[in-house]
Amino acid sequence: MRYAMAIDTKKCVGCSDCVVACQTENNVPIGYCRDWVVEVTDGTYPQLEIEIRSERCNHCDNSPCVRCCPTGASHYEKGGIVTVTAHKCIGCGACIASCPYDARYSHPDGHVDKCTFCLHRIEKGQQPACVAVCPTKCMYFGDLDDPNSDVSQVLKKRKHKTLIPEAGTKPQVYYLI
Amino acid sequence: MREEIIVSGRMNPHIDPHLEIWHWHIPLYLFLGGLAAGILFFAGLYFILGKENKYTGAVRRAPIVVPFLLVIGLLALFLDLRHKLFFWQLYTTIKIQSPMSWGAWTLMGITPLSIVWAALHIREFFPNWDWKFSILKDIEKFFVQYKIVLAWAMVILGVILGIYTGILFSAFNARPLWNTSILGPLFLTSGLSAGAAVIILFAQSKKERLLFAKLDLMLIGIELFLIVHMFMGFQASTQVQIDAASLFLGGSYTAPFWIFVVGIGMIVPAILEILELFHKKIPVIIPVVLVLFGSLMLRFIIAYAGQLSRWLY
Repeated sequence: MRYAMAIDTKKCVGCSDCVVACQTENNVPIGYCRDWVVEVTDGTYPQLEIEIRSERCNHCDNSPCVRCCPTGASHYEKGGIVTVTAHKCIGCGACIASCPYDARYSHPDGHVDKCTFCLHRIEKGQQPACVAVCPTKCMYFGDLDDPNSDVSQVLKKRKHKTLIPEAGTKPQVYYLI
Repeated sequence: MREEIIVSGRMNPHIDPHLEIWHWHIPLYLFLGGLAAGILFFAGLYFILGKENKYTGAVRRAPIVVPFLLVIGLLALFLDLRHKLFFWQLYTTIKIQSPMSWGAWTLMGITPLSIVWAALHIREFFPNWDWKFSILKDIEKFFVQYKIVLAWAMVILGVILGIYTGILFSAFNARPLWNTSILGPLFLTSGLSAGAAVIILFAQSKKERLLFAKLDLMLIGIELFLIVHMFMGFQASTQVQIDAASLFLGGSYTAPFWIFVVGIGMIVPAILEILELFHKKIPVIIPVVLVLFGSLMLRFIIAYAGQLSRWLY
């Protein structure tokens, strides 16, 4: 099993509903976020192109954060989801410094916090909060090892990319372009 | 003109607009750890070489400061943790791929070792020292018997501690400035150089002082060589590393790095040490303090500049 997410940059309007849904669902402290919207404007005026991306932890296959964690608090859950066990985390910050996407932050309680792909919802057979609320239905979540899952199907049909694959982390959040 | 503008909605404290997760604690600890490693390395080395009586400053006297350096360093590390009460989790596991785990276990070994070594030589400073309790005297006898084992352990753990202070940074591919394998040898050399400088202060004879001045001079030379290689490597690498190096080659860290680290911390003390070798009267404290200052600044600047460097996407 390999959980992954695909996000359609052509459908995303940057409404930030995913951000708010995540903050509510996961009780993210005020002023922090586990997912966020990035808007990239590219070109020569007036020929401009905009790409809107809802970004989050890429749940990398080769996660530098898991590698550098001295206590094993950062670890892979089933399906390759990268999570942090709060009571094992010493708050050293090594994983925060190791993430090329800066997807982690130090929770005001001291431990490190990040996107979990809403593991608690997946276990109940539900979609991650961000995917469930997206008003344009631009996000797809599922098991890459299952050829019939939403995410496998859409990645088969559409051109896609990952963010900074040259960092060698093997990210598992795909952007449809 | 073709332009790319990236607007992010993320504003997490200490993450944006650029990483600020490590403050003064880490570079201070890296300096103290590297310095301790340098002193212990030379103490162990010259004991193994059978020069204990010739170089008493290195083998017996300078190591007295090491427990203090390490304890202050450990305190800084502890203060850096944000989930402090869980620090013991470090010692529930060994993570081969995590430099921080290596460092935690090395410190677990080298700190008691340095205390034992300092205690064995306490009579250098307090000639009438008496351990009072017979059990302490028995423990002392036991360690004196196995001093050569302690010396070997100090040399090996010293090198691991010295090199780990650099590898801690270089293991982070996310920060292009840190992501160079030169950083391990550079920090090791800088730690050895700082260690040699402190030994000069404790040296008992002119011969010993000159030996360590020569060693320090050689180590400064190696450091300069490594720094040049580091920037050559960056310039020949990918865009993110070229950008990282530009922080020091025209960017915001240019003046602090080249003036404080390379100028005041390496070239000036090197010149003073050369003059000393030619029997000019130089107050020994000046080059020593400058070398220590340069070594400390190197850690601070690399730690802070590294957090400014990042991938572009």
